[in-house]
Amino acid sequence: MGVRDSGRLADGVVLSGIAKSFGPTRVLEAIDLAIEGGEFLTLVGPSGCGKSTLLRIIAGLETADAGSVAIGGRSVDHLRPDERDVAMVFQSYALYPHMTVAGNMATPLEMRRLTLAERLPLIRHLSPRRPRVMRGIMAEVRAVAETLQIAHLLDRKPAQLSGGQRQRVALGRAMVRRPRVFLMDEPLSNLDAALRVHMRSELAELHARLGITFIYVTHDQVEAMTMSSRVALMDQGRILQLGTPADLYDRPATVAVARFIGSPPINLLEGEADGTGGVRIDGVRLPIAPGVAAGTRVTVGIRPEALHPAPARHDGPVLRARLKRAENLGAEWMLHATLAGAGDAPLVVRITAAEHDAAAAAGLLGEDLALAVAPAGTHLFGADGARIAVRRLAGVA
Amino acid sequence: MSPRAPGSPQARTEARWGAIFAAPALLLIVVILLAPLAVLVALSATDYRLGAIAVRMIGLDNYAAMFADPVFQRSLRNTFLYVAFVLPVAVFGGLGVALLVHARIRTRTIYEVIYFLPVTSTLVAMATVWQFMLHPTLGPVTPLLADLGFGRIDLLNDPDFALGTLALIGIWQLIGFNMVLFLAGLSAIPRELYEAAALDGARYGADRFLRVTWPLLGPTTMFVTVTSTVTAFKVFDTVVVLTRGGPLGSTETLLYILYLEGFQYFRMGYAAAMTVVLLVFLAGLSILQARVLERKVHYA
Amino acid sequence: MRPGRLIGRIASHAVLLAGAVVMAAPFVWMLLTSIRPPEEVFGAVFDPIPSRFAGVENYGQALGASNLPRAMLNGVIVCGGILAVQLLTAIPAAYALARLSFRGRGLLFGLVLFGLCIPIQVPALPLYIALANLRLLDTYFALMMPFFLTVFGLFLFRQFFRTYPEEILQAARLDGMGEFEIVWRIAAPAALPAIAAFSVFSVVAHWNDLYWPLIVVTSSERATPALGILAFRDAETGGNYGALMAAAALITGPMIVGFLVARRAFVRGITMTGVR
Repeated sequence: MGVRDSGRLADGVVLSGIAKSFGPTRVLEAIDLAIEGGEFLTLVGPSGCGKSTLLRIIAGLETADAGSVAIGGRSVDHLRPDERDVAMVFQSYALYPHMTVAGNMATPLEMRRLTLAERLPLIRHLSPRRPRVMRGIMAEVRAVAETLQIAHLLDRKPAQLSGGQRQRVALGRAMVRRPRVFLMDEPLSNLDAALRVHMRSELAELHARLGITFIYVTHDQVEAMTMSSRVALMDQGRILQLGTPADLYDRPATVAVARFIGSPPINLLEGEADGTGGVRIDGVRLPIAPGVAAGTRVTVGIRPEALHPAPARHDGPVLRARLKRAENLGAEWMLHATLAGAGDAPLVVRITAAEHDAAAAAGLLGEDLALAVAPAGTHLFGADGARIAVRRLAGVA
Repeated sequence: MSPRAPGSPQARTEARWGAIFAAPALLLIVVILLAPLAVLVALSATDYRLGAIAVRMIGLDNYAAMFADPVFQRSLRNTFLYVAFVLPVAVFGGLGVALLVHARIRTRTIYEVIYFLPVTSTLVAMATVWQFMLHPTLGPVTPLLADLGFGRIDLLNDPDFALGTLALIGIWQLIGFNMVLFLAGLSAIPRELYEAAALDGARYGADRFLRVTWPLLGPTTMFVTVTSTVTAFKVFDTVVVLTRGGPLGSTETLLYILYLEGFQYFRMGYAAAMTVVLLVFLAGLSILQARVLERKVHYA
Repeated sequence: MRPGRLIGRIASHAVLLAGAVVMAAPFVWMLLTSIRPPEEVFGAVFDPIPSRFAGVENYGQALGASNLPRAMLNGVIVCGGILAVQLLTAIPAAYALARLSFRGRGLLFGLVLFGLCIPIQVPALPLYIALANLRLLDTYFALMMPFFLTVFGLFLFRQFFRTYPEEILQAARLDGMGEFEIVWRIAAPAALPAIAAFSVFSVVAHWNDLYWPLIVVTSSERATPALGILAFRDAETGGNYGALMAAAALITGPMIVGFLVARRAFVRGITMTGVR
């Protein structure tokens, strides 16, 4: 459990059996997910996987067909969005275009601290306590704006702000109310690439500073991998794998997880177990599948950085490939090749510039390419797509 | 558009074809717009009557006569009364209907079609239908009003009611038009704003309306208001079909007496002066509208 | 559903339905009366449903014993003529305004914006005098001429052409197309939705127009639809309301049927204007 303010425990979020359909389309299928207090949990997946719907159900903007949402150990299913004490940052920021930055950020506090009559035009001026309440609200707004470095923008309207500034205002509007849970729906997707990288670290810092629970939705695996304490990878209304970023990258539970996480994507090759602990791909035997029955069709996943150009007479397992194209990315190179032989499966190899230069000097980068396989980045999946435990071989480069 | 070097072949082609393409439109603008406008202003300073041999310059006498003319004064008063009656109902009625229709899902199209029907229909034809409906002995409205305890009122022939009746028909024709404009404005409001408001604690309809709907509809509302004013200002068809200015001049409107003076009595100079006054009103409204449309850009 | 929401829904439907009844009443009344026998129109008792179907005689009288078919034909001729000239002049000029740089472009656009503020009632007087002096009153030309100019169409098409990608025009020029071909073979087809909406607006406006036809038409041979129904009403002093309602239905029918068939284009065509 994380810590918030002066020792108060941050609230966790527990989802049990959340299901949702839009008409005949099943969007979420019985999602169970326990998010710990103070955690930065990212829901990541391709568009249409149900991650945004799940977030909106937590916020109360959408009603689940079945299942229950609990925040801080208490069910919130019967509560309106504003009563759940959660804040949300929308993809479009959803700032009120006719209000100043200060007005936008003050809105959630006005709604809570003023009565309906005190919010109505004209009538509101009759309230003697309103000016005092508003002064208090504005002081809090200014304090939050200062931490976000947007205090000088308080009198501007959203149309006069840059994308990054609007993003901060949206964060500020969410922060002023000191919510128990912070929900974010693709908040960085409208920013340009450089700003996105910058905001990633700012969000991570913000999370560390506030110490409250963050639930973050994105389709961008890089965002998921860089900011989160845990990631839930979703597809077609299910959670495929829940774990730390390292778990997902190093121990993908299924082919689908392996395919989604990692850029450039993992190389997937079809092979067959030989019953003696090896997998044959195109005649090459990789000794990585102990205890798999002979003739079993398997999928071998090899991370691009697990392949290395090698001399043809290498003493480890070597895949033979045809080099099609080499891309210089500066610090590293991408080699695009196809597996020699029947498969013609495409392969991507990622090596450092130093390794590339050495291999080129050694004459290893001809049209015929021999690729040594490093077991650390190699994964084995059965015909059902589930992971098969791989024995790590020692002594192979 | 990318600026091109003057004198380049492309620039010469554009200059030539641009002139060729624009020429017919320019000719039409001169013949149909500019020349008549110049003639109009000149005419308003004469005592010209169609077919008259001699024409005299009389300066501003037409204008002086016009503002002293009780018929003109009455028509001005009637027109403003008509606008004052039609405008709020057509604008806020249109907004109200749009809000209600927008919230409907399955029945939305049906309501949209019914409320928009009067806009597309031929007003002259529908005015004859209204005349029949309001007929004191043959139509259904008079007995209906009598049953409701209003007594037997001949709405179109009673000086107290005729202008109001025309205004009701004007509203009947305008409200669907305004509804459609408001519906377009409503669908342009991002749903996320309502969701943000819900999370911010806007739990009452009044909060959502005042925080999101009304401010974001601001430009639409201004536009609808100006448009409705112009339309109401130009009321003519229903006057011709239903009352011809009567009874007792209670429905003489600006455009109707302009039509009478110019094309029935052929007092062209006098009618020209009246047209200039009309032009001033409408130009004022158009300038207001242009301002509004400029403001609309700021919100985007 | 919470009870509050249900009550709200019922109230909303009640208000909308009440309004819809008022909106639709003239149309229903018109159609019912147009198939009602004369003796019933004058009868003391109101029964909404006609006792016998008299549509044939009413519509027959509207079509046979009057100038109505001629007025509708005139409506087609006038609307068609106006629209044809409007499109032929406005599309190339709007393209030039949007895409070509030529001398006087700024001035022309200024005139277009100015023209947007001027309704037909303003130039009507001088135009009438000119047509009278040229002995052109009571002709198709007189009916159509003031509307050959459509500053609104110029403005609308210019806005559309401004959003058209410059690359495609450049590609067409590289392919050897002249500007004339570009207008009619590239730009105009791309503007079809705008052209359709504008056409709807133009036809509806001029089919329904009363002011100008009332001024320049004196003979029944040149009566437009609006004048046709007016003349029919004034001639039927005996008060054959069944036939009169049939006539009204015939005149407004094409607009309503067109609206029901092409609802989106109609709504867009009529609302995009805002004015006029």
